[in-house]
Amino acid sequence: MPKDDGIGASTKRREDTRFLTGNGKYTDDINLRGQTYVHFLRSDVAHGRIKGIDSSAAEAMDGVLRVFTAADFDSAGGIPCGWQVTDKHGQPMQEPKHPILAEGKVRHVGDPICAVVAETYAQARDAAEAIEVDIEELEPVVDMKAALKDGATKVHDDLSSNLCYDWGFVEENKDAVNEAFNNAAHVVSLELTNNRLVANPMEPRVAVGDYDPWGDSHTLYTTSQNPHVIRLLMGAFVLNIPEHKLRVVAPDVGGGFGSKIYHYAEEAFCTYAAKVLKRPVKWTSSRSEAFISDAHGRDHKTKIELALDADHNFTALRTETYANMGAYLSTFAPSIPTWLHGTLMAGNYKTPLIYVNVKAVFTNTVPVDAYRGAGRPEATFQIERLVDKAARELGVDPIELRRQNFIKPEEFPYQTPVAVVYDTGNYHATMDKMLELSDYAGFEARRAESAARGKLRGFGIAHYIEACGIAPSNLVGQLGARAGLYESASVRVNATGSISVYTGSHSHGQGHETTFAQVVAEMIGVDANSIEIHHGDTSNTPMGMGTYGSRSLAVGGSAIVKATNKIIDKAKKIAAHLLEAAPEDIELKDGKFSVAGTDKSVDWSGVTLAAYVPHNYPLEELEPGLEETAFYDPSNFTYPSGAYGCEVELDPETGKIDILRFIAADDFGNIVNPMIVEGQVHGGLAQGIGQALLENCVYDDQGQLLSGSYMDYTMPRADDMRGFTVDHSCVTPCTHNPLGVKGCGEAGAIGSPPAVVNAAIDALHRAGHTHITHIDMPLTPSRVWAAMNG
Amino acid sequence: MYNFDFVKPGSVADAVAALAGEEAQPLSGGQTLIPSMKARLNAPGSLVSLTGIPELVGVCREGDTLVIGAATTHAQVARDAAGDFPGLAALAGQIGDPAVRNKGTIGGSLANNDPSACYPAAALGTGATIVTDRREIAADDYFQGMFTTALEEGEIITSVRLPIPQASAYAKFVQPASRFALTAAFVARYASGVRVAITGASENGVFRWAEAEAALSSDFSANALDGLAHSAHEMIADLHGTAAYRAHLVGVMTRRAVAAAGS
Ligand SMILES: Cc1cc2nc3c(=O)[nH]c(=O)nc-3n(C[C@H](O)[C@H](O)[C@H](O)COP(=O)(O)OP(=O)(O)OC[C@H]3O[C@@H](n4cnc5c(N)ncnc54)[C@H](O)[C@@H]3O)c2cc1C
Repeated sequence: MPKDDGIGASTKRREDTRFLTGNGKYTDDINLRGQTYVHFLRSDVAHGRIKGIDSSAAEAMDGVLRVFTAADFDSAGGIPCGWQVTDKHGQPMQEPKHPILAEGKVRHVGDPICAVVAETYAQARDAAEAIEVDIEELEPVVDMKAALKDGATKVHDDLSSNLCYDWGFVEENKDAVNEAFNNAAHVVSLELTNNRLVANPMEPRVAVGDYDPWGDSHTLYTTSQNPHVIRLLMGAFVLNIPEHKLRVVAPDVGGGFGSKIYHYAEEAFCTYAAKVLKRPVKWTSSRSEAFISDAHGRDHKTKIELALDADHNFTALRTETYANMGAYLSTFAPSIPTWLHGTLMAGNYKTPLIYVNVKAVFTNTVPVDAYRGAGRPEATFQIERLVDKAARELGVDPIELRRQNFIKPEEFPYQTPVAVVYDTGNYHATMDKMLELSDYAGFEARRAESAARGKLRGFGIAHYIEACGIAPSNLVGQLGARAGLYESASVRVNATGSISVYTGSHSHGQGHETTFAQVVAEMIGVDANSIEIHHGDTSNTPMGMGTYGSRSLAVGGSAIVKATNKIIDKAKKIAAHLLEAAPEDIELKDGKFSVAGTDKSVDWSGVTLAAYVPHNYPLEELEPGLEETAFYDPSNFTYPSGAYGCEVELDPETGKIDILRFIAADDFGNIVNPMIVEGQVHGGLAQGIGQALLENCVYDDQGQLLSGSYMDYTMPRADDMRGFTVDHSCVTPCTHNPLGVKGCGEAGAIGSPPAVVNAAIDALHRAGHTHITHIDMPLTPSRVWAAMNG
Repeated sequence: MYNFDFVKPGSVADAVAALAGEEAQPLSGGQTLIPSMKARLNAPGSLVSLTGIPELVGVCREGDTLVIGAATTHAQVARDAAGDFPGLAALAGQIGDPAVRNKGTIGGSLANNDPSACYPAAALGTGATIVTDRREIAADDYFQGMFTTALEEGEIITSVRLPIPQASAYAKFVQPASRFALTAAFVARYASGVRVAITGASENGVFRWAEAEAALSSDFSANALDGLAHSAHEMIADLHGTAAYRAHLVGVMTRRAVAAAGS
């Protein structure tokens, strides 16, 4: 049995007390003395040339301190991109400048043109209405394929075209892949769209900039998943502020899902303006503003083809994807359709030859970047939809076709043809588990019962692989990352034995304060309540890379383990001194140090007190104190995988799909807190089901956002879900991190969309609608009805 | 939101007087008006609140008519009409979420006449009378297209008089995001015949489906609608459904309403 609060225990989340009672401290709760408010005047056209800005009337209005335009940022850099992709000819991607305020042109609805700072938010907003901006409208670039045509209007006049890059992976394999297609017994293909999504964290973005003229130092409070990354990007590349003069604090953050990874113009603005005005400057996004200023996710159009031999073994896979970058390159945007997508195209299968082509395109839309899963949902959706289609075309069982082509348990570690090495996995086990939990055997009876009520029932499956725990720094450096992807931890043991842990990971809903404390409690054998986890403040945590890509436990947790091991090593030396024994003979168990084979012992607090009151202490060999820092750089990605089953009922009269059952059998490696893992999977499933059935970010041909509020953007709600069956009993521990953990934050959003769509297509086929081979997400009632009646 | 003045009169007469002021606008539950003010799409100089006027609140039966005060919330109608007019109570219970139902009012909904709103279907589907501070307007004359009604400047609805049907039901197919009606049908059966009102579907707002009314008046059963299809002409087409889809749903929802109403 796990301890109450050690590894394996479903300890209740300690942070929830403050969240659920409304006592979280979010960025918007921070109000500084003398604070001013900024309102951004944003473009309401998708593409246009700025001919003139007259802000004189606005500047004369009550309470207005100043109106800023691009001219105020002449000496500042653009918002940097953190990843450079090299195209199939070996050339760097095209990388346009992303100014803080629009320079010369506006490039998407929501592009900030002016910033008005006033004593109150209402005054700033009133004044913004008095600004006259003369814009000559230009033809908007909205459709990706049209954007790449010769002579197409350019989003950036100084680039050669709207093509950011044309990436081939693995370029050297291209001919062999084509050859395999020529020799194939069967070829199955599918064209599909991965719909654009808006992240919609519950807390919109907020930034508060503060400047201390006496120390010439800046503080930025911001809704970020990675305050150190913001400090680096904004300090070094945008505002030229050295790290020791810039503190970035990301306090409680109400969800991010990727959208709060990036460095945004509003953060740089508030930091800069606070110095100019010598007053704190605050910006709080409205929900409407979030729709047109937070980075969006997904938005790929793909043609995928699978070659099979006569025995239905997969012999090659080939894809061509158009990936929307939006108007500017957001922080990690170029890496999502390439290294986080192309490297996953093997899926769970032994396809020996793979070629992935990705064309990244600039359009007059909001920038697109990582959103929960980031590239891996796009890969999984393509593969798992196509394998299902292949099974249907070949007349074989989709489960058997998958099993036949799975990488077998004994074949790990497995080198894929797309660069990565899967360390562990057992896909047959997760598939079997999912089928057992879904009562697949009883499906036919349930289908007949639905049919008797005039409803169509279907069952769909998907098996996913993902790459988490990003990432080995030397590897990502070769791939174009302009940062390392290690993580940091400091463990400060206090004199009386309580422990303060400082992590470079950031928690914005994941429950790190609980999970990380469980890890340290288990290692030392002390009560988890004597351990406090601190994060989110660059002034007290070592340089860390933050939280995304399901990396916090696998990378951040590993750093904590490393630092804690250093603590234990030193503590054993102190204990050895106190017990007059050799350090090698000291054992630590349940918070007590003892000499092996004797009854001599000293407890944890005896050792920690000695460290800080070193009267009886080996001062000539050991420094006093008990505090250690560690950085952990992973040697590989981790590879969670799992089988998802979805059972739907479709109303043929209206086209509405109800999800009746959803079963997730995941292999996350070892689990620290099963309850938190379940919560993460539930959240991921809600977002994956949201993508499959509900959510859609739509622009019209003028680049106007049609789904710019909750009146038109369908968020998943509780009554869209009927409860999930979540299992994580299939465990193949990660082989290369100390906890054997893989990461669970994104899995739900990765595996569920193809399972849902496969289930819907299954329901339609079983009812005789065999002409329907695919319906693009979201499968809204009207789309399903149109497919049935088209 | 821009600045505005706020008054909360205690009588209809005082409210009407206050509304004579420059740029004054009545405020009822605020579930439509306040969001549009927050988005700066609406800028009344003063708001005249109607919810403090006792005579505008309440549900009461007068013979075969249910009389509902204009400032009565959806939640109260869902509760207080349940015995006398269950079809209407069920409709009110499907509007928005609990917060909306406990603030939003029948008068506000009818005055706004959103083409996707629920109450217009009930008012037109029962042949209700819209009572204002100065006259009575038959529902057939009241609804004049999307967001357009017969109300004059400064005229306020005081109550709605709905003839209680023998049987009725509202079948609503929700727009997935807003959960207003993508297309919904209100069907009411009277000794004199059947009325069918459709909301959510048409570019002209709520309307009566005459062919269905004729068919159902002679045979009040879903089967009576067999072979009837509504035209897609002037149906709304948007992100959530084409005109053809909405026209199709007119038929589906009418059948479902008839089936739910029973006989
Ligand atoms: C999240 C949400 C979901 C919703 N879902 C639905 C739904 O599913 N179905 C649906 O039908 N509605 C829905 N609504 C709208 C809701 O029912 C509103 O309450 C209603 O449309 C307006 O009523 P109100 O009392 O809030 O009016 P207000 O917002 O106060 O006023 C609306 C308009 O009517 C005028 N007005 C108000 N009262 C009177 C009066 N007595 N005489 C003359 N003019 C008057 C006002 O000046 C204003 O122009 C939803 C609203 C929200 C916010």
